[in-house]
Amino acid sequence: MDTQKKMQPDAESRISVHDQAQASIPRDEDRDTLLHYYYQMVLIRQFEEKAAEMYAKAKIGGYCHLNLGEEATVVGFCAGLEPSDYVYTNYREHGYAIGRGISPNAVMAELFGKETGCSHGRGGSMHLFDIERHFMGGYAIVGGQVPLATGAAFAISYRGSHEVVACQMGEGTTNGGPFYESLNLAKIYQLPIIYFVVNNQYGMGLRVEKGSAVSEIFRKACAFDMRSERVDGNDVLAVRDALRTAARFAREQHEPSLIEAVSYRFRGHSVVDPDRYRDREEVQAGRAGDPISAFSARLMAAGLLDENGVREIDEQVQQDVDAAVQFADESPDPPLEELFDYMYADAVAPGDTSMKGEE
Amino acid sequence: MMAEITYRQALHDTLREELLRDENVFLLGEEIGTFEGSYKITAGLLKEFGPKRVVDTPICENGFVGMATGAAMLGLRPIVEIMTINFIVLAMDEIVNHAAKIYYMFGGQCPIPLVIRTPGGGGQQLAATHSQNLEVWFAHVPGLKVVAPSTPADAKGMLRTAVRDNNPVIFLENLALYNTKGEVPNGDYMVPFGQAKVTKEGADLTVISYSRMSAMALDVARRLEQENKLSVEVVDVRSLRPLDRETIVNSVKKTNRAIIFEEDWRSFGVGAEIAATLQEEAFDFLDAPIKRVASVEVPLPYSKPLERAALTGAKQLMEAIDELKPRRRR
Repeated sequence: MDTQKKMQPDAESRISVHDQAQASIPRDEDRDTLLHYYYQMVLIRQFEEKAAEMYAKAKIGGYCHLNLGEEATVVGFCAGLEPSDYVYTNYREHGYAIGRGISPNAVMAELFGKETGCSHGRGGSMHLFDIERHFMGGYAIVGGQVPLATGAAFAISYRGSHEVVACQMGEGTTNGGPFYESLNLAKIYQLPIIYFVVNNQYGMGLRVEKGSAVSEIFRKACAFDMRSERVDGNDVLAVRDALRTAARFAREQHEPSLIEAVSYRFRGHSVVDPDRYRDREEVQAGRAGDPISAFSARLMAAGLLDENGVREIDEQVQQDVDAAVQFADESPDPPLEELFDYMYADAVAPGDTSMKGEE
Repeated sequence: MMAEITYRQALHDTLREELLRDENVFLLGEEIGTFEGSYKITAGLLKEFGPKRVVDTPICENGFVGMATGAAMLGLRPIVEIMTINFIVLAMDEIVNHAAKIYYMFGGQCPIPLVIRTPGGGGQQLAATHSQNLEVWFAHVPGLKVVAPSTPADAKGMLRTAVRDNNPVIFLENLALYNTKGEVPNGDYMVPFGQAKVTKEGADLTVISYSRMSAMALDVARRLEQENKLSVEVVDVRSLRPLDRETIVNSVKKTNRAIIFEEDWRSFGVGAEIAATLQEEAFDFLDAPIKRVASVEVPLPYSKPLERAALTGAKQLMEAIDELKPRRRR
């Protein structure tokens, strides 16, 4: 990968999200793997639509941010990593959790606040976690996960092991201090980390050009002499390949890098956002780049999928999502007597008389 | 076996021993390596352990505290030095929103064995942004532990406990304590958290304190005893969270009078919490209103006379004792 070339803000680096449907599928791609990507994208789409529905029914509380429109970005991200790699994300992370192999049941149960949720109902939509799958958390303070992910990479480097860390964030995060501090630390300590910026072009309602002095986010990495590139976030294979390349770079060269995936958020910032700041034409244009229809068109053009296949996958996913809702609905709430569980990792010190929440 | 060493030496030796004991322990912070520490706590450690175990960081408190927290998530045991507690403000997000929350918020899947050492305290003409006592901010937060040793022995015993604890610990030091000397037990000496210590027994009233003010309270109490004026009991809280309410309450049940002596600002301070506990749990035993002796509520001024007027100290404590003492000796 030629860093210098990628860093030039020229026409080549600009992504047209509509090019993908014309792109053919490379011959060496494995059919089952491709269909699995497609299945996962559809699963995330339907899961998120169902989450919105469940939110409207008050089954889900708090805030709820959806990955609708970002399915190729999410699935490509997960597909480019090894199971032993570590993932940190922000609060728009249902899809990433599912993509990392957390069951939709455990994710939906967490959204429902149930004991069977992947954070035992303590975290909710914005704080999914699964230590076994190295899904190291959704984080809801913008930028908060970036130093943490950098530290995980520090630990890998300290131990001399071969995992990498992938840290997802939105483009709005790249305007805050934690981003800059982390990239600097990663570069000076040569940490095996991929900073993965999903540029869906809005930080809540603020357009990227208004919030960021440099709206081609990948160019920010040059301040740290860090390798970076921009990919079409609507192209699952492009995102996967970018992750693979960056992961190899991290594993073999012990170097951090940054990937910007240009994507589009189909709905508002969160479920309750009426999305009044984007005009209809823009949203329609954004939706026209639907990564799922684009990918299914490519698969069909390559003869790897037909209408029947699409229908079968849709039906299978629908069953999975319905099962997740049923599982979440029927799961127990966390018991009240366990309110203080997980406060501290150690047993109470002998002789301590303080309140439960203190120790 | 005991040895008389400084508070600084006790910290240094304990860091060294923990680095030797556990490969997962490492130090990081600004100027702790090549420069050997702004207050020389880490002197010689880079040379002995190398740059992997003693990590000089750039000036980015939020970044490196978050990095330490992330390293702790994968099982390392980082010991962070924040040059002074004033700079910890830059790292509040990673400490309060992340280190303190991760174990609970993710349902107990990932402990954070993290120590953040940092000195507080004023009185050296360092002015408003270099003289604060902000420990109460952290003591307020469930998920953190906050300890504040006042003697070299406790510095050793509590630092050792902190390093071996699986939770984020704010370890409060004090600039004016670094050169103080005291007997320190040899060997694998540990002081558990959540246990206050009655550092001097007394009958007339109780002074409750922590960190440097606790050492000062002990001096004042000893002086009053030698002069045969008053028998003052001193409780060194040592650990703000968890807080050993029982020892505090029992002392006041015995003496019936309480002064809380603290270097931080009075409003919403450590004294407010302890006074509230005393009225809840020892109301019927109190012979007089509880007194709080704390610093004056201004940003600490540079001018020496103004600084002296703003800080609390032995004089203010003596005045409070004089006002509160029983009219007849027991």
